[in-house]
Amino acid sequence: MRIVVGAGSCGYAAGAQKVIDRFQALHKPVELTGCVGMCHLEPIVDVYDDDQMYRFVHVQPDQVEQILEDLAESDLLIQAEDTTILEGQQRIVLRNCGVINPEKIEDYLAIGGYSAYEACQEMEPAEVIEIIKQSGLRGRGGAGFPTWFKLNAAMNSPGRPKTMVCNADEGDPGAFMDRSIMEGDPHAVIEGMLIGARVIGANEGIFYIRAEYPLAIHRMQLAIDQAKEHGLLDQVSLRIKAGAGAFVCGEETALIASLEGERGMPRLKPPFPAQKGYFGQPTNINNVETLANIPYIVRHGAEAFTRYGTDRSAGTKVFALTGKVKKGGLVEVPMGVPLRHVIYDIGGGIVDDREFKAVQMGGPSGGCIPKELLDTPVDYEHITQTGAIVGSGGMVVMDDTTCMVEMARFFLNFTCNESCGKCTYCRIGTKRMLEILDRITKGKGRPDDIELLEELCYKIKEGSLCGLGQTAPNPVLTTIRYFRDEYEAHIHDKKCPAKQCAELLTYTINDQCIGCTVCAKACPADAITGILKEKHSIDQSLCIKCGACYSRCRFEAITVN
Amino acid sequence: MTCACENHSLDPIDLSLLDEVLLTYKDQPGNSIPLLQKTQELYGYLPRPALSRIARETGIDESKLFGVATFYAQFRMEPVGKHLISLCQGTACHVNGANLIEDAIKDELGIENGETTEDGLFTLSIVACLGCCSLAPVMMIGSETHAKLTPDNTKAILRSLRREG
Repeated sequence: MRIVVGAGSCGYAAGAQKVIDRFQALHKPVELTGCVGMCHLEPIVDVYDDDQMYRFVHVQPDQVEQILEDLAESDLLIQAEDTTILEGQQRIVLRNCGVINPEKIEDYLAIGGYSAYEACQEMEPAEVIEIIKQSGLRGRGGAGFPTWFKLNAAMNSPGRPKTMVCNADEGDPGAFMDRSIMEGDPHAVIEGMLIGARVIGANEGIFYIRAEYPLAIHRMQLAIDQAKEHGLLDQVSLRIKAGAGAFVCGEETALIASLEGERGMPRLKPPFPAQKGYFGQPTNINNVETLANIPYIVRHGAEAFTRYGTDRSAGTKVFALTGKVKKGGLVEVPMGVPLRHVIYDIGGGIVDDREFKAVQMGGPSGGCIPKELLDTPVDYEHITQTGAIVGSGGMVVMDDTTCMVEMARFFLNFTCNESCGKCTYCRIGTKRMLEILDRITKGKGRPDDIELLEELCYKIKEGSLCGLGQTAPNPVLTTIRYFRDEYEAHIHDKKCPAKQCAELLTYTINDQCIGCTVCAKACPADAITGILKEKHSIDQSLCIKCGACYSRCRFEAITVN
Repeated sequence: MTCACENHSLDPIDLSLLDEVLLTYKDQPGNSIPLLQKTQELYGYLPRPALSRIARETGIDESKLFGVATFYAQFRMEPVGKHLISLCQGTACHVNGANLIEDAIKDELGIENGETTEDGLFTLSIVACLGCCSLAPVMMIGSETHAKLTPDNTKAILRSLRREG
C-alpha cells in the first residue's frame, strides 16, 4: 500500500500536515505530492493498493484509521461528479502536479525528466529555437510575447556573460498557477531554465520567487540541490532570489532592477533585456509556466503542442479558477475553449446556483467579462477583444452579489498602492481615480464622474511607461463598458444593485420577525430595540450598516434595500 | 557591540548577530535585498542601528538601503507582535468577504492595519494575495494558514491564541 498526500500550499492550508502526522503515528509511510488542482477538496489522500488507486477528499486526521480499514467503502471517496473536473482538462504543464513527489528528483527522472535537456546537448541552439518557434509558444506571464523571439534575440546578442531569469513573482491577486507548478513539479521549471540557458549561452540562472511563497522557494531550492548532485548543473549555476513584495517587479525591467538590489522601478525599453539586462548582460526572462512548457515541447516536438489550442494561441493554458465558483482550483485547458466550459463544465457553475455575473481575468491589468460573452473562446486574441486579458491566468468568478463598481475600486486601490511612483499619470492618476470610485461607492458620486473616469483612464494608459500603468485602467474601463447601469445606479439613484456597498444600504425589519432578540444582541451599535416575542425595529440614525443583524437572523426578517 | 539608541526597541540591539549575514552577502552583486531580508529574519524588523552597520561595512549608502527597505512591502521598520496576522485581501478573498474578516479582526483586537496590540501579542498586516485563493477568505498567523474564514471563527482563532499568551 502506498499513501500519497496532496502537500501543496492549498493542501497544507486545509490541514494536510495533521493528516500526514496521523498516518505517521500509525507507522504508515506517507509520500508527498503537489497540488492536483482540486483545491476545494483538500486535504486529498491517494491510496494505491493492488494496482488500484483510491482517492479520498476532505480528509480529517481522525478519519485516517477509518479510511485504512476499508478503502473501497469509505464515505470520503471522491464523488463521481468531482472527477469530471479533471476529465475536462488537458494537462501539459500540470502533467506531473499531484502525480510525482516534487521533493524527489528520482520521480522526475523516472518519467523521462531531463531527457529534453540531454537531447539539447546534441543539438544546435538554433535547432532548439526552431522547435519552440514551430510550437507557437507565447509567454504565459501576461503579455503573450513569442518565446522563441526573446530566446533568439538573447542568443544573437554579442555580450558575455549572459543570464537566464525565471520570473516567479506571481503578483496578480487571485492567481496561483506558478506557485502550484513550482510546488508540484519544480524540476520541469529547472529543466526549462537549463534548456534556455543552453540555447542563449548563459552560465547563470536566477529564479526570482515571491517571498510570500515559502513552500515554493523550499521545493525549488531542494530541486536545484538535487540537480546539482546529479551533475546537471555543470554548465549553469542556478540560484533563487526571494522577491520582497512589489507587484511592479513582475515587469521585466523592474525585476532586473530588483535583482540588482535597487528599488524595483521599470525603465524605458529599448534596450531590451535581451540586449542589456541584468548588470548590463544579455538576459532572457521567462515566466514559470512558459519554462515548464519548454521541456515538453522539446521532448515531444512542436506538433504535440500545436495539436491543442488555436492558430495564434497554441497549446494549453493554466488558470486559477476562484471566487464564487463551486469547484475552484487549478485548471489547464487547450486555448480556444469557451469560457463557459471552464466555469460550468469544469468549475461546476456558481456557488448556491446563483446567477453568474462576470468573470475577472488578468487581475489588476485585466477586466471583467459579462455573462453575454460567456461563449468567448479563451485565447489571447478573443479575450483581449473583450477588454480583459488572458494575463497570467487568474479567473475570478463573480455572482449577482458582487458590486462591479466596488470591484473596480478594489483593483484601483491595488494598483494605486503598487504604482512605483515613477510616472506622474500612474502615480497621481490612479490616486484620483481611486478617490472618484471611493466616493461613488459611498453614494457621493457626481453626475459627470463616469466621463471623468474614462478621460483619466485614457490619459493614464498613454502617459505610463510600463505595463502596470498602461493596464491599470482596464478594470474600470471594462466595468463601465459592460456594467454602466451599475455606475449610474450608484451615482444617480444612490443605490447599489448588488447590495454590497454598505453606505448605500438600508436595513429594516419586516413582518417575518418573531421577536427572538438575536439581532438586537448582535447589533454592535445598539440600534435595534424591541420586546421579546414582538417585532423589533432599527433606529436608522444609529445603524452603522454592518450587516450583523442580517447575517444572524434565521427568519429572513431583515430586509436590505 | 550593542546599541540602544533612540526608541526603536526597548531592548538593546545585538548587532553582532549581523556578523554572519555580512560575511555571506557583503561582496555579492545586488546584495541589498538579501541583506535586508536576512536582517529582518534576525530581528523581526529592520532596526535603524542595523541598517547603519550594514551601510558602514558594505559601502552601500544608508539612504539607498532605506530607500530599498521602504519600497518593498516585505520590510518593516518597527518591531512586530508575537503573532503576525497576514490577512489576504486578494481578489478571490475580497469576493468571498475578506472585508468582513478584516472588520472582525479590527473589532476583536482594536487595531488598524500595520498596528500592534498594546500587549504586544498581535500585529495586523493586510497583504495582497497568499495564493490560497480556492480556500478564500484566508489569513496566515505566523506560518500557519487559516482557510475558509468567517467573522466568528476568526474571532475564535484570535481568542484561543490570546489565551495561550
